[in-house]
Amino acid sequence: MSEPRGKGPVLEMRDVRKSYGEEVKVEVLHGIDLVVEHGELVALIGPSGSGKSTLLNLLGLLDRPSSGTLRILGQDVSEADDDVRTHLRAKALGFVFQFHHLVPALSAEENVRLPLSIARGRVSDADVPRALELLGEVGLSDRAKALPRQLSGGQQQRVAIARALAHDPPLVLADEPTGNLDTETADGVFELFRRFHRERGTAFIVVTHDPRIAQRCDRVVSLLDGVVVSDVRNGHAKA
Amino acid sequence: MIIEIFLAIRFLREGRGQSLLILAGVAVGVAVMVFLSALIDGLQQRIIGQTLGTQAHVVVRMPEEIVRPLLEPDEGQRIARVVQEPAQRTRSIVGWQRHLEAIERMPGVEAVSATVSGPGFALRGAASRSIVLFGVDPARYDTIYAVSQHMHAGAFAPSGTEAVIGIELAADLGVEVGDRIRIATAGDREQTFRIAGIFDLGNRDVNKRWAIVSLRAGQTMLDLVGGTTSIDVRVHDVFAADEVAGRIGSRTGLSAESWMQTNQQLMVALRSQSSSSQTIQAFVILAVAMGIASVLVVSVVQKQREIGILRAMGLSRQRVLRVFLVQGLVVGLLGSSVGSAMGAGLVIVFANAARNPDGSPLFLLRLEPPLFVTATVLATLVGLLAAVWPARRAARLDPAEAIRHV
Repeated sequence: MSEPRGKGPVLEMRDVRKSYGEEVKVEVLHGIDLVVEHGELVALIGPSGSGKSTLLNLLGLLDRPSSGTLRILGQDVSEADDDVRTHLRAKALGFVFQFHHLVPALSAEENVRLPLSIARGRVSDADVPRALELLGEVGLSDRAKALPRQLSGGQQQRVAIARALAHDPPLVLADEPTGNLDTETADGVFELFRRFHRERGTAFIVVTHDPRIAQRCDRVVSLLDGVVVSDVRNGHAKA
Repeated sequence: MIIEIFLAIRFLREGRGQSLLILAGVAVGVAVMVFLSALIDGLQQRIIGQTLGTQAHVVVRMPEEIVRPLLEPDEGQRIARVVQEPAQRTRSIVGWQRHLEAIERMPGVEAVSATVSGPGFALRGAASRSIVLFGVDPARYDTIYAVSQHMHAGAFAPSGTEAVIGIELAADLGVEVGDRIRIATAGDREQTFRIAGIFDLGNRDVNKRWAIVSLRAGQTMLDLVGGTTSIDVRVHDVFAADEVAGRIGSRTGLSAESWMQTNQQLMVALRSQSSSSQTIQAFVILAVAMGIASVLVVSVVQKQREIGILRAMGLSRQRVLRVFLVQGLVVGLLGSSVGSAMGAGLVIVFANAARNPDGSPLFLLRLEPPLFVTATVLATLVGLLAAVWPARRAARLDPAEAIRHV
């Protein structure tokens, strides 16, 4: 692993709870504590309904905790307004979704460039080399002009990974990134995570059902019924 | 390129079929607007032009004579009396030279001309025709009626004992330029005039009854030496004639009547024509707006996921809002450009197809830049406004929700 990219944890969650519903409140997360350091490769596992997606939405600043504190890069965002959270998403986070979620109207290269364009507020040719370089790193140099529908599932997911890394965020959140890929393609995609993690010191939180993927992460956090039931590092229990 | 515009154009290009449909909708709407406006404008200009060909915009006369009873009843009293309305004799405007100069200097006034007019007879051999005799200053009169541009024969410059008469009157009397006729007026005044010109002002009644002589000859014939019976006024803006007439009336104390008062029925017809055309246009605009809005609403629903991704990647609400506003703007702008061209084409085709029996075009072709500018600006604005609701829906989307929506 390369040198840590900053001081303090990239992500810090203290006693975070999340409940839904107005009249009948259903608590989905019951006090989660989670600290992720810069450059960690964390797998988040758990059966469906364990609260993984809810947790990921909170981490991705797409949703707010009902109580507890959430810090990203040391900044408390539990109460932050939409503008602050939007800005932080653009600056600090990269997203890889299960169903690729590329923008169908844009070419592979334009999709990869999107985080840079959003940060700039405009689309600039100055960002093209960076996008092409990333596409090269995920092995898709020759498909830069292709639209998402002209790419296979594995290729789309690789474009999505390149896009998540375009603005070099300290933390990438991946929701079942290999969920609908065959084993071989899934391995290739996960290898990319490991490589970026190694070369750039990017921290990853990967939600996965796949035990083979989880095994290969630095740390495995298991969630069950809205609580962290185990947090294992390098094959050893952390606490 | 600003990211909102980039995304808006890509989104429009992606939904090609939808975008083309709504563009066509906007284009048809704008074409209808342009066509209707040009048509109604051309028609009205022509009608007004015809009407005002033989009418002054404002005619100033002495106020009508009224009866002033010598005795007014006191409170509680009644007076038995018979009031006989006076006969309106031909009277000269008192101090007309002063009024003429004053009116000429008023804002909005383009030209003025003093006229003396009254009834008479044109006689030649056994033929006699009842006429309206006009004594005018030809140069001034021409600035108002442009008689010289409607001459059938001869010239419009009557002097001394020369007269210019209408083409039908000339035919009735069997005279040509250079022939002589006698003109008789009340009080047994009679004078021989040489025909100096024959005009055709396009109005049968005028062509049959008008005889124009010099101001001095007219004054003599009508027993109003040194006087005039009316001051004719031409204004810059024909639709401001009412205002100008009002100003002249209050300034001079004379009776000033605008062509709009003289032709009230025509004005009502023109106004209702305009308002029905405006109503149709308003509904067209409404339909265009609803079309744009509905297509964009559908597009917002279809693009929920992308909007969610973009929001997750840090595209702010305001920018998402603007992505959809720009789409409305682009649709309005492109659609109205195409529509303006279509409308212009329609007008040209229609103007060529619709002709009078004599082959002259039925409509004045009026394709003026302001019409297209107005239509384009309006359609673009409508596009923008129609996009507000869908854009706000898009901006309000919850990214977590939108991404889950597969």
